[in-house]
Amino acid sequence: MITFEAVKKRFGQKVVLDGLSFHVEPGKITFILGKSGEGKSVTLKHILGLMEPDAGRVVVDGRSVAEMNPEAVKNYRRRFGMLFQHAALFDSLTVYENIEFPLIEQNPLPRRQRHARIVEVMQQVGVVGSERAYPSELSTGEKKRVGLARALAPRPDFLLYDEPTTGMDPLIAEMIDRLIVKVARENPHMTSVVISHDLKAALATGDHLIMLYQGKVVLAGAPPLFRESEDPVIRQFFSGSVHGPMLFM
Amino acid sequence: MEAKIEYLGRLTIFVRQVLGKMFAHPWRRHLFWQQSLFIGYDSIFIIILTGSATGAVFGLQIGGVFSFFKAEGFIGGATGLALVKELAPLVSGFVLAGRVGSAITAELSTMVVNEQVEAMEAMGIDPLHYLVVPRVWAAVFTMPFLCSVFIFVGMLGVYFVGSGIFAVSEGLFMAKIVELVKTSDILFGLQKMALFSAIIALLACYHGLHPLKGAEGVGLATTTAVVQMLLVILIADVLMSYLQVNLNL
Ligand SMILES: Nc1ncnc2c1ncn2[C@@H]1O[C@H](COP(=O)(O)OP(=O)(O)OP(=O)(O)O)[C@@H](O)[C@H]1O
Ligand SMILES: [Mg+2]
Repeated sequence: MITFEAVKKRFGQKVVLDGLSFHVEPGKITFILGKSGEGKSVTLKHILGLMEPDAGRVVVDGRSVAEMNPEAVKNYRRRFGMLFQHAALFDSLTVYENIEFPLIEQNPLPRRQRHARIVEVMQQVGVVGSERAYPSELSTGEKKRVGLARALAPRPDFLLYDEPTTGMDPLIAEMIDRLIVKVARENPHMTSVVISHDLKAALATGDHLIMLYQGKVVLAGAPPLFRESEDPVIRQFFSGSVHGPMLFM
Repeated sequence: MEAKIEYLGRLTIFVRQVLGKMFAHPWRRHLFWQQSLFIGYDSIFIIILTGSATGAVFGLQIGGVFSFFKAEGFIGGATGLALVKELAPLVSGFVLAGRVGSAITAELSTMVVNEQVEAMEAMGIDPLHYLVVPRVWAAVFTMPFLCSVFIFVGMLGVYFVGSGIFAVSEGLFMAKIVELVKTSDILFGLQKMALFSAIIALLACYHGLHPLKGAEGVGLATTTAVVQMLLVILIADVLMSYLQVNLNL
């Protein structure tokens, strides 16, 4: 269980998270929605302790992330897989080596088992054949899929996806959305947190949705709650209109 | 001024953290070799070029003066001493700062900007241990070796000048080298080079891991890093030479 307790974060003058509180149920798929620049990526980084709150706490399975010692943080992070928004693959390593990296560093499996696992996740995300390619030779969508394979490979307890389908064509996006559900089904104890702009995908695949606006939660709940909501921010997000409370600059 | 002091503080903390991790497990031997090869491969040609030119030119200048006193025989010994104690560490330090130091800063800052370093942290891997420690070890071992190459080709350069232009016999040339250049001088030069190597690697990594935001961050980090390396190398050179002369080390 991941709980945000009135988390505040600012960069210089800019307040990004302004007393953000929500919780993520274990074993479910939770979507965090919000417009660009709303602090979605910042929120994910707080879960991993890559950023620390200025005020408030992030509590995961009963422990505050900011209060862990370095050794505990290391072990804590190893329970997570994270797909970064821009994949963040290591440029100096091939696709195969990128996926192998956490397996070597985190839980040294025998070589043969490691190889089997890499092949398996590469098949799952559909990047078989590009083992020897370097990230610079891949398209945005392919990089994301390799990033996903790298996150999945060590079978983490939590999978964090930062905009898994942005920059992909509709067919691949659909495939990734299905994959998120499939992975979650196959690992019933795994908790998935997906950041997205894509409300339709969130309604179709999410168990629980959280809508961020101006550093706070506007609405959190199951998909039907969102479909029926009269909140102007939610309505605007649904319609994709420029008219409404959300300002676009 | 305040910013400069703050910078020095952060740099000191960084250096202390890295030094504290130099012997920490696991010992990543393949990264050490990879970095050593990179350093050698990237700079051996330019070291040979600058080394032979420095030896030849220095020999030519000093030979002109010596021939005035009919003391051309000293050309090898005098150049050897200058190379070993001063010219080789300083010039190869400058060359390696420009060649290897800048490459390290550019590589690491690109990794930061593309969130690769954050991705590493997210996997529970310490970037200081994974990225910085092997580079510092590789620099401290490989660069003094390159400095020896510099000395060797520099001596070849001055040999050709001495025998070709000043008609010094081989026997006299060698005898004066043995007479003037002591083992302690060679050790002093190589120690100095090891210190310059650590300066190059630490500054290169510090600036690489702390680039300014944005695309120009990488370029700016690289320029700042190289300028600081040259300055700090000069300061260290003056200090070490002063100490050696005054304390008779
Ligand atoms: N390390 C940082 N330093 C300074 N400002 C930052 C940093 N990280 C994020 N920000 C700022 O925080 C705000 C929120 O950023 P964030 O990346 O979380 O947005 P987002 O909701 O993920 O948007 P997008 O959908 O475009 O990815 C932005 O204004 C961004 O400039
Ligand atoms: Mg984002």
